[in-house]
Parts: sequence; C-alpha cells; structure tokens
Amino acid sequence: MLLRRDVFQAIADPTRRAILLLVASQAMTAGAIASNFDSARPTVSKHLQILTECELLNQEQQGREIYYQLNPQKMKEIADFIEPFRMLWDDRFNKLESIMKSHQLKK
Amino acid sequence: MERKTQVHAEAGKQEILITRTFELPVELLFKAYIEPEIVEQWMNTKVLKLENKRQGGYQFETTDPMGNKHLFSGVVHELVPNHKITRTFEMENTPFPVQLEFLEFEALTEQTSKLQMQMVFKSVTVRDQLLKMPFAQGINMAHNRLEKIFTEPNGN
Repeated sequence: MLLRRDVFQAIADPTRRAILLLVASQAMTAGAIASNFDSARPTVSKHLQILTECELLNQEQQGREIYYQLNPQKMKEIADFIEPFRMLWDDRFNKLESIMKSHQLKK
Repeated sequence: MERKTQVHAEAGKQEILITRTFELPVELLFKAYIEPEIVEQWMNTKVLKLENKRQGGYQFETTDPMGNKHLFSGVVHELVPNHKITRTFEMENTPFPVQLEFLEFEALTEQTSKLQMQMVFKSVTVRDQLLKMPFAQGINMAHNRLEKIFTEPNGN
C-alpha cells in the first residue's frame, strides 16, 4: 500500500528542512545534497524520497544525473495553510481595534 | 507593507506565535481582554464566566453559523494589568488537548501597542491540526455560501 505522506509531517524533520533550504537556491544531485550532511547516504536518500513523494521536490533528469529542485507551488501551499488562520486572528483583532477606538471616543 | 497581524508557526515546533500592533493605548487593548461585554463583541462569543485573577476561570459559549454551540474554557495563571495574561485554553468536548497561552501586552507609544500571543500545544501534530482548522472551515464556509446563493434566488 502506498503511504500517503503529509506535507506537514515532511517538513517536521530538521534534516528535510535543511535539504529544502539547500535546493532552494539551485537544483542539486542526490550526491551533492548528501555531501552536506553527516548522515549516511541511504538516510539522505530516504529523506529525498519522502520530499519527492509529497511533491516538495521535483526530479529532473539531466543526462545521466537526476537533479532535485524545489517545487515552489507546493511550498506556497504550506504558506497558504497558515493564511486562513492568520486571517481569522486578523479579523478578530481588527474588530477589537475598531471597538476600542469608539470606546475611547465615548469616554 | 508589513502586515498588522503576523503568524509564525515554525515547522517541527509545538507552538504558534501571533503578533499584532494596534493603534490603541495599551490600557485599552488590555481592557478588551478583561471586560466581558467587550470580549463578547470582538470574539463573537457569549461570555459565561471571566474571572480576571490568578486561578480564576473563564468560559465562553460560541454559536457557529450552523447553530451549534461550542464551549471554550480555561484557567488564568498569571494576570498583570497592561502587561500579561498567562492562561490555559481548552475546547470542551473535543479531542483537542488543553493548550497554554502566554499573552504579552506592550506599549509602543502613548497611542499604539503590541500584543504577542504564544500558544503552546501538547505536540507538533496537535498544533498542525489546529492550524489547519480554519483552512478546512474556510472551505466549508465557502461551500455553504455557494449553497445559499444557489438555493435563495435573491441571495447575495
């Protein structure tokens, strides 16, 4: 059975977040990515697999090498998750502000 | 332009940080948190109890657009007028565990102030679930609104 991975679960891991930061500036091969970490190569491969499965990374074949790059669309989705929560509080605080402004005038 | 309300939810952390600046003196901002009639207005809820003191309790009853009632409650651990409130927050009759809230009020100028709200959750998973709630509700509400438009010929 294919495990359906959660994006939030994917970015909860510090190594995976570091990988995302690494490839944010340029597409990299698995080997180049792994050379930035002390972890064993298979461990890094596992992280790359998870990030690819939840579409945070895209794979691109260039000659004999596979390059990993960030999927900005998916990254934006994470930010969008937080946006409704932010708007909820923004609405409440805007209301608080206008209520207290008229409260101030009444005094 | 910098947004007035900012939310920081760092990946892998079991907390949410909300900061907001107000064009209000800090005394008025604080008042909006301790006067039941004012809380009712901006939180869009009924205040059943609001004891503004250490070990005091509070309980709100909120009616959602579908008419269902939800209870929210907690206990105050610390209350320093115009400076801070530390309290627990719980959604009653839900599987969500209690959360801890640190509210810090700060005067920026005589007419402006800042609020920082730190919410601490039982786990990263619980935090992420809560974070996604308004997202899921937003989809629901948009759906309901659409439904209304299509069932009421004069709906707007």
